[in-house]
Amino acid sequence: MKNILVCIKQVPDTTEIRIDPVKKTLIRDGVPSIVNPFDTYALELAARIKDKEPGTKITLICMGPPQAEAALKECLAVGGDKAYLVSGREFGGSDTLATSYIISCAIRKVRELEGDFDIIFCGKQAIDGDTAQVGPEMAEHLGLPQVTYAVEATAEEDRLVVKKETEEGFEMVGVKYPCLITVTKPSFEPRFPTIKAKLAANRAKINVLGAGDLDIDLSRAGLKGSPTKVKKTFTPEVKTTGVKIHEETDEASAEKLFAVLSDNKII
Amino acid sequence: MAEVKNKNLWVFVETDEKGNAKSVGLELLTVGRGLADKQGGALVGIVIGNKVDAAIASAAEYGADEVIAVDAPAFEHYSTDAYAKALCTLVEKYGPTTILIGATNNGRDLGPRVSCRLQTGLTADCTALDVDEESGNMAWTRPAFGGNLMATILCPDHRPQMGTVRPGVFKKGEPQTGRTCPVTRETIEIAPDEIRTELLEVINEVAGEVVDLENADIIVSGGRGVGGPEGFAPIRELAEVLGATVGASRAAVDSGWISHAHQVGQTGKTVGPKLYIACGISGAIQHLAGMSSSKVIVAINKDPDAPIFNVADYGVVGDLHVVLPILTEKIKKAKGLA
Repeated sequence: MKNILVCIKQVPDTTEIRIDPVKKTLIRDGVPSIVNPFDTYALELAARIKDKEPGTKITLICMGPPQAEAALKECLAVGGDKAYLVSGREFGGSDTLATSYIISCAIRKVRELEGDFDIIFCGKQAIDGDTAQVGPEMAEHLGLPQVTYAVEATAEEDRLVVKKETEEGFEMVGVKYPCLITVTKPSFEPRFPTIKAKLAANRAKINVLGAGDLDIDLSRAGLKGSPTKVKKTFTPEVKTTGVKIHEETDEASAEKLFAVLSDNKII
Repeated sequence: MAEVKNKNLWVFVETDEKGNAKSVGLELLTVGRGLADKQGGALVGIVIGNKVDAAIASAAEYGADEVIAVDAPAFEHYSTDAYAKALCTLVEKYGPTTILIGATNNGRDLGPRVSCRLQTGLTADCTALDVDEESGNMAWTRPAFGGNLMATILCPDHRPQMGTVRPGVFKKGEPQTGRTCPVTRETIEIAPDEIRTELLEVINEVAGEVVDLENADIIVSGGRGVGGPEGFAPIRELAEVLGATVGASRAAVDSGWISHAHQVGQTGKTVGPKLYIACGISGAIQHLAGMSSSKVIVAINKDPDAPIFNVADYGVVGDLHVVLPILTEKIKKAKGLA
């Protein structure tokens, strides 16, 4: 039996984000919020451990605004037992260092209530920020060993065996409990919840932790606790210098492509 | 936060298991040269590994003013615990202003662990680097929201300021063969129980083939437009005559036509080859996020409005199944292969 914590984030579905063609800004209205895909893989690895060891408990934690409750309920339906939402105005504007600090303070609190965790699973990165920093930073705050880029995890008696992705292929890595694992896209799809589980999750209680519930130094949270500052944002430039080849026939286009590429010494 | 003792810019030169420098470290030394000059400090290569003389020599040839090396068996294989301890110890001793790290899997594992221990800021996966004229801080530019938006980040009050950069985003300069520089060797003691992970096995073949997209010079990629697993045949043939690696979009991988090891894009690999040929790929922003720093982009797509054409240097509106075999034949002839 393992005691597992899965960290999730609610993110805008980046496949649905559009750029306002006039104002050149991000259109976020009407963009659906989803559970960060990498976090669904993290939950799936936890659920697979629970499949093998049914007494395993899976606790979920999410930092975000009150509406992020929806993400927690979705994950409860898939395989969580308990859910905690870390929420508060004081936390807004946090960069990865401040975010990881806040969540690690919350994990210390949740640990008092749910017992020490053997494994903390996180998605490798969230698709809105794409930093892949919060997982390793939480491991550092909590003093835990980490394994990143996991695609499989097998819980042995005294260690977790993780298959992790590398540039060249994979590595099998053993790590003692307690540990923090960040998960990338595995070769399998995460499971879907049953209708019954969905209904139960909708009625489930989400425990909310605010700044007042945590032993936290608020000077390390939010904008003022964030060493990095956004100076400006802008939309990426569209390449206007591209050469378009569209001849009468595809055969002629192919010939022209070859001619252009060899003339420019590209091939 | 570590005390700043100088204006030096450090480049973490990651080594492979043979002690050679990975390409991204040399790319960062190349771009770091100009940044170090603007900052008014030295360009320092940080080499950690086992038997790393080759990597030290490369760092000097690619412009490092000096190298600090940690060379011991405990560092033969990358481990978070040993490498984080080594890098943090060096930072505390030498006090650099800026640290650049290649955003390889290991670099992205190490960077946040170190920046958190030093309680400083880290900007991930930068695509442009500069020194902010007003403040003298590094200006780190990176994509967010799947590449829909770019952000320029500063780390004004914390040191060292740290950033990671994907392989291939910057190009390596020409090495100055035979150039050497002063090398300081540091000993960092690592007790066996300090490394809390154990490498059990290395599996370097993915389904019988090695797919190294990150270090490829040329990538030929297929997407939904290839139509099925057999549609990758003309892509593989072109890749073969070009000595290229085969990539794929998420659509092709999710359809089960090719393994995830080939996937380029936000949930796959981020690549920066000299030439990227996108075949039947519409160019969803998630795909563009993974390949738009390629030096030359060729796109072949039936849909003249496909967004891939917005980033393509050469765009062919046409059927890849007709265009590719002709292109392959012509290249074969030109290379004297047919």
